[in-house]
Amino acid sequence: MALGPYASFIVTSYALVAVVVLILIVWITIDHRRVRARLHELESSGVARRSGRGATDLT
Amino acid sequence: MTLTELANPTRFLSLATRILPWLAMLTVVLLAIGLYQSAMAPDDYQQGATVKIMFIHVPNAWLSMFVWGVMSVASLGTLVWRHPLADVAAKSAAPIGAAFTFLALVTGSLWGRPMWGTYWEWDARLTSVLILFLMYLGLIALWRAVEDPSRAARAAAVLTLVGAINIPIIKFSVDWWNTLHQPASVMKMGGSSLDKSFLVPLLVMAVAFSLLFITLHLAAMRNEILRRRLRALQMLQASKPVALP
Repeated sequence: MALGPYASFIVTSYALVAVVVLILIVWITIDHRRVRARLHELESSGVARRSGRGATDLT
Repeated sequence: MTLTELANPTRFLSLATRILPWLAMLTVVLLAIGLYQSAMAPDDYQQGATVKIMFIHVPNAWLSMFVWGVMSVASLGTLVWRHPLADVAAKSAAPIGAAFTFLALVTGSLWGRPMWGTYWEWDARLTSVLILFLMYLGLIALWRAVEDPSRAARAAAVLTLVGAINIPIIKFSVDWWNTLHQPASVMKMGGSSLDKSFLVPLLVMAVAFSLLFITLHLAAMRNEILRRRLRALQMLQASKPVALP
């Protein structure tokens, strides 16, 4: 696959999209782990929801 | 499952957790197919290989407007129907929409330099998309500035609905004004003017990026619901009476 004289523009575009999408995925994953960890921390210290169910319970 | 049933955050969390792995897998497969087809697409007779930038620029540009559309519907959900997940959906979509708009601007700029001889031109299409990007940043700032989520939700919903005026301006800017940006070539009266060898990879990439948005949005919404539960527990903890010695 020859990209011609403007290869740097094409490669930079694709690389930039990959980097930004990766940042979004990593940010959302880290955020999820951080919030869950803080919820578990609070629940294990005895703070519970009024319903009595765990904050990360899915049922 | 109806929209009313989905109004229950616990039910939404359960559904999101179940379908997220499948959505992620489908997104990866479609992205792989789209990237392969983009790599194999022929050079354009005028633009040469730079036409390959179209396969990532156009889906990002479409999504930049689509995400604002999703946020506008969610804003109606907040203001009119008071759906409990509407502001969660709007808040979670904003950073993802901002990222897509940023990518549309930068990839467009990188495509414009070899084709137009300039990275930037203050024409109607480019300027209206830049305004869209600034509006996304403004919304994110608003959500962060107001501590009470329900107050922030109402203010953000009004701003989103006012900002929605920009979407048709972006879409029709190339028809209403004389712009450097080319007019629509895919979604236009009389059908697409793109050759099938470009149209197929472009549509596959557009579906793949749309699935990417849905996956990221569901995951971000799940985080936001958990963050609100965390906030509620922290407030409960702070309101507990402290035993004095």
